[in-house]
Amino acid sequence: MPPPSASIRAWPAEGNTRVPYWVYQDEDVYRLEQERIFRGATWSFLGLEAELPGIGDYKSTFVGEMPVVVARDEGGTLRCFENRCAHRGALICMKDRGRAKEFACVYHNWTYDLEGNLTGVAFRRGIHGQGGMPADARPEHHAPRQFRVEVFCGLVFATLSPGTPAVEQYLGPEIAGRVRRVMKAPVRILGGYSQIFPNNWKLYLDNVKDSYHASLLHLFFTRFRINRLEMKGGVIMGEGGGSHVSFNMMRTDPGAGEYEKAGMRTAKGDYRLEAPELLDSVDEFGDGITLQILGVFPNFVLQQIQNSLAVRQIVPRGVGRTELVWTGFGYAGDDAKTTELRLKQANLIGPAGFISMEDGAATGFVQRGVQAASDRASFVEMGGRDVASSESRVTETSVRGLWQAYRRHMGL
Amino acid sequence: VDLELRPAVEDLLARYVHCIDDGRLEEWPAFFVEDGRYRITTAENYERGLPLPIVYADSRAMLRDRVAALRQANIYEPQRYRHLVSSVLVERVDAKIAKALSNFQVVRVMQTGESTLFATGRCLDRVRIEGEDGRPQFEERIVVLDSRAIDTLLAIPL
Repeated sequence: MPPPSASIRAWPAEGNTRVPYWVYQDEDVYRLEQERIFRGATWSFLGLEAELPGIGDYKSTFVGEMPVVVARDEGGTLRCFENRCAHRGALICMKDRGRAKEFACVYHNWTYDLEGNLTGVAFRRGIHGQGGMPADARPEHHAPRQFRVEVFCGLVFATLSPGTPAVEQYLGPEIAGRVRRVMKAPVRILGGYSQIFPNNWKLYLDNVKDSYHASLLHLFFTRFRINRLEMKGGVIMGEGGGSHVSFNMMRTDPGAGEYEKAGMRTAKGDYRLEAPELLDSVDEFGDGITLQILGVFPNFVLQQIQNSLAVRQIVPRGVGRTELVWTGFGYAGDDAKTTELRLKQANLIGPAGFISMEDGAATGFVQRGVQAASDRASFVEMGGRDVASSESRVTETSVRGLWQAYRRHMGL
Repeated sequence: VDLELRPAVEDLLARYVHCIDDGRLEEWPAFFVEDGRYRITTAENYERGLPLPIVYADSRAMLRDRVAALRQANIYEPQRYRHLVSSVLVERVDAKIAKALSNFQVVRVMQTGESTLFATGRCLDRVRIEGEDGRPQFEERIVVLDSRAIDTLLAIPL
């Protein structure tokens, strides 16, 4: 891989324990990420297969900044192609979602099948023998890029690179097993929304990978003993650092007052719930794990917080802006009581979530805090300096894993 | 449309938004009956019949929990709202219940002075005409946001 252009600075000599702040700020870095990460040898998450159950069902979404269409073709296979007309580059598909037999660019009525192949050029041979394209013109050669699509456990991923290993291999066996654990049955989509973060996309992924912050930022976790670092749990790292799982078992709480003794903010005060049924959880996986956060480089999060299940897709919207697309789900076999529990626990997540709202605040604080510190770096040595699975979650091992994967893809 | 009921319901809607915009959140749950329901969702979810809420409560106790969380638990930057409510339609269901539909805009004002159009949408209300103190109260308030995207976070209720 050629080295990045001279305008891109060198990574600190300490390696993965330092994150230089220019990675969140530099326009050249941002453009290079689009090429080397999002159009490179990574799998981008696009959504749940259950969103597109029928032939011709489609949605428009993004791989990095690239607009794409995901559609189910006549044979039932999911396809993904760039949402860019071969002719003049206009969007081929304007709608968020729908059902179609084909797509037609509104600008000059060029048409595409559900795989993204160019199928028609308006008046290609002219009218009454006049006008039209030269006989040797090959507009098909300018067709929108088509992705490799893989559906793993109902999750839809796409990559442009022929060299990206199969999704299961990309995740690694342990992380793939943790995906299977949550995607154990056909899902029922409960709905979705987006949260716009005032920060670089990597600050959000970094937040997801940071098992150390959760109970220190989120009072809800600590106060209600949903997630404390002394509970049984751990961090599992996938191959190459790009994928991780952090989990804990709240019923293994030793009941010790580690946070109280240490004077942590999140354990202070006497906040109590008047309606504690919000936190009544059911062990639907039968393994005692009450919280599992799974992050896959560069844009995917799978979440189980008690019985609240969701996938999150990270979409970069410029160097300092990120859209997080949330889709909440349950299982097709859920009864009304279980669905109600999931809807109540939806209060924990999203832009108004008792837990998740604070991630929107914290990552934006970093973007603003480092405004005048491009030549400085963050310090990531909690739990050591390596990238390895850990029984303790008082570690930043998965944060280092993220930067290890990032540097490998970027050539930094 | 019931013109007789309209002033009482408009008064409820006005008192409700002044309560929130003034920051008197402790008084907010009292606008609902004891088992009142409150839900914020997006137009997209609402129209597709998808139940995932952004905020959901089915009792005043849950509303009080949210206020307590905002006061004591959650981390967010100081901010205020300014609600503008318009186009109120009121319809009588029976002797005790009215339905109301109204539009709203909310400007969010941060401590930096930055003011932005934070949310627009409509409220679908089911109102008990004679509530606990003789004035109308919400049995149900569904806040349907026009946009599927929310900037940064939604702490203060709408």
